[in-house]
Amino acid sequence: MSKNYFELIRAGVNTTFQDKGRNNLYHIGIPFSGVMDNRNYLLANRLVGNKLELPVIEFAYQGPLLKYSGDKIHIAVTGDVIFKIKKKDYEIEGNCYESYQLEDGDEIDILSTNKSVYGYLAISGEFDLKLQWGSCSINTKANIGSNNGKKLEHLQKINISKINLNQVKKKMNYLNSKVENIRVLKGTNFNYFSEEGKKIFFEKEFTVSKLSDRMGMRLEGNKIENIVNTNIKSEGLLKGVIQVPADGNPIIMLSDHGTIGGYPKIGVVASVDYDRLVQISSGSKIKFKEIELSDAETLFKLYEMETQNLLSQI
Amino acid sequence: MIKNISNLGDAALYCDFGTEVNKEINSEVIKYFNTIKEKNIEGVNNLTPSYNKLIISFDLRVTKFNEIKDKIEKLNVGETLKKDNKKLEIPVCCHGSFSLDMERLEKKLNLARDQIIENFFNTEFFCYMTGFIAGMPFLGDLDENMRAQRLETPRVKVPRGSVGITEQFANIYTFESPGGWNIIGNTPLRVFDSTKEKDPNLINPGDTVKFKQISLEEYKNYNE
Repeated sequence: MSKNYFELIRAGVNTTFQDKGRNNLYHIGIPFSGVMDNRNYLLANRLVGNKLELPVIEFAYQGPLLKYSGDKIHIAVTGDVIFKIKKKDYEIEGNCYESYQLEDGDEIDILSTNKSVYGYLAISGEFDLKLQWGSCSINTKANIGSNNGKKLEHLQKINISKINLNQVKKKMNYLNSKVENIRVLKGTNFNYFSEEGKKIFFEKEFTVSKLSDRMGMRLEGNKIENIVNTNIKSEGLLKGVIQVPADGNPIIMLSDHGTIGGYPKIGVVASVDYDRLVQISSGSKIKFKEIELSDAETLFKLYEMETQNLLSQI
Repeated sequence: MIKNISNLGDAALYCDFGTEVNKEINSEVIKYFNTIKEKNIEGVNNLTPSYNKLIISFDLRVTKFNEIKDKIEKLNVGETLKKDNKKLEIPVCCHGSFSLDMERLEKKLNLARDQIIENFFNTEFFCYMTGFIAGMPFLGDLDENMRAQRLETPRVKVPRGSVGITEQFANIYTFESPGGWNIIGNTPLRVFDSTKEKDPNLINPGDTVKFKQISLEEYKNYNE
């Protein structure tokens, strides 16, 4: 029995443990998984003084309500998240990118994400988790990862195996940048689509469908016409690949995507925009902008430098 | 041989081995896959072989497209395909409660149920690739007269263990999953076991598979 633990008084919509994900398993059908928004994941761990690749709790839209039992511990929430910390006699309005100390009996109530999808909760210590292929990341589709590959449930206990005792309060100023255009490289089947279809893809807005999840983001509002074949011989997929099935509505592959697919690939989201892409909530608009490979590489390098710079400020 | 290498996004190589689906091309893909896997090229974090393509994903923090492309082009694949390929027998029950699309297939193929079953169980299959969902094997090839298109509207949930056919291929749903293949039976065998970290897949690319028909009684009493 662990003496330090959280109890889930409310589980939230899709609350899972995540970390950096799994490599080298695509060939047997196991996707990368891992956190959806990598930068916010790293910042959460740094704010509580952890090694950057430790597991965190990821939530979507409505987060969990957690009651804490045990020794003093620090927590931090990242993303664009509305949350409260409930102490015995008073409540604190939580700020993202600021760590808070919890004492026995305190509660964290993660009410919702604000005009975004994912948020992260890190603790100054380690959750007691069983890893699979070196990662805790929960893939609810294949029941892989910690917690038997299932999302966290109402009244479940989350044991903490280790607490860093010399943790101090940390804080940083950071605002998640607004999404304008999502930059995309042409896909390997770009020429399967009509001139009109290609134009629509890069010029019109799409709406993110409610059916989006950790596997994929479905778009609607403008259909893209295929003039060659609506199927290809099944082949590998990646995070960020945009497939267009026969109905003409694009689907973007996200962290828990199927590893193989048979729909033509019109484009691939540039790595630099992946963290921003996943935060576009259902019902919101999305617009694509074409970029070349060399630009995508440079932009990613700059983004990485910016991330490292932010981490070094904490 | 690789016919063409292009980029798939900014963090992957798309190696094209041709447009046809046959064992020769697929064996080339698997040969490259095995060689690259053994080489442990810095930055490469995933390989996805399929019928006639190989996708090589890499960490953009560590390397980039031109660097990996250069390494792949200089690669000597030689005689590295020395993997022990297995011959496997997979039990399948075609009881009416499992063969969800048998009537559809009878109509589409213009064959009687018995003929479909006979053809299916007499076919020796080759595993081209695994994936889509964890451990799912893509097996070929069915005879010309057994080739049907996938369902017009895919099922939201295909039961775990379902065995389906589409075009020249057969496969096994290792998990309950959405899917559009014509389901003709169900296997009690666990084709994917996530508790085995080293070798979770029962069937791997290059393996040979024959299905063996079992009764509902045998299905129910099946012990792994």
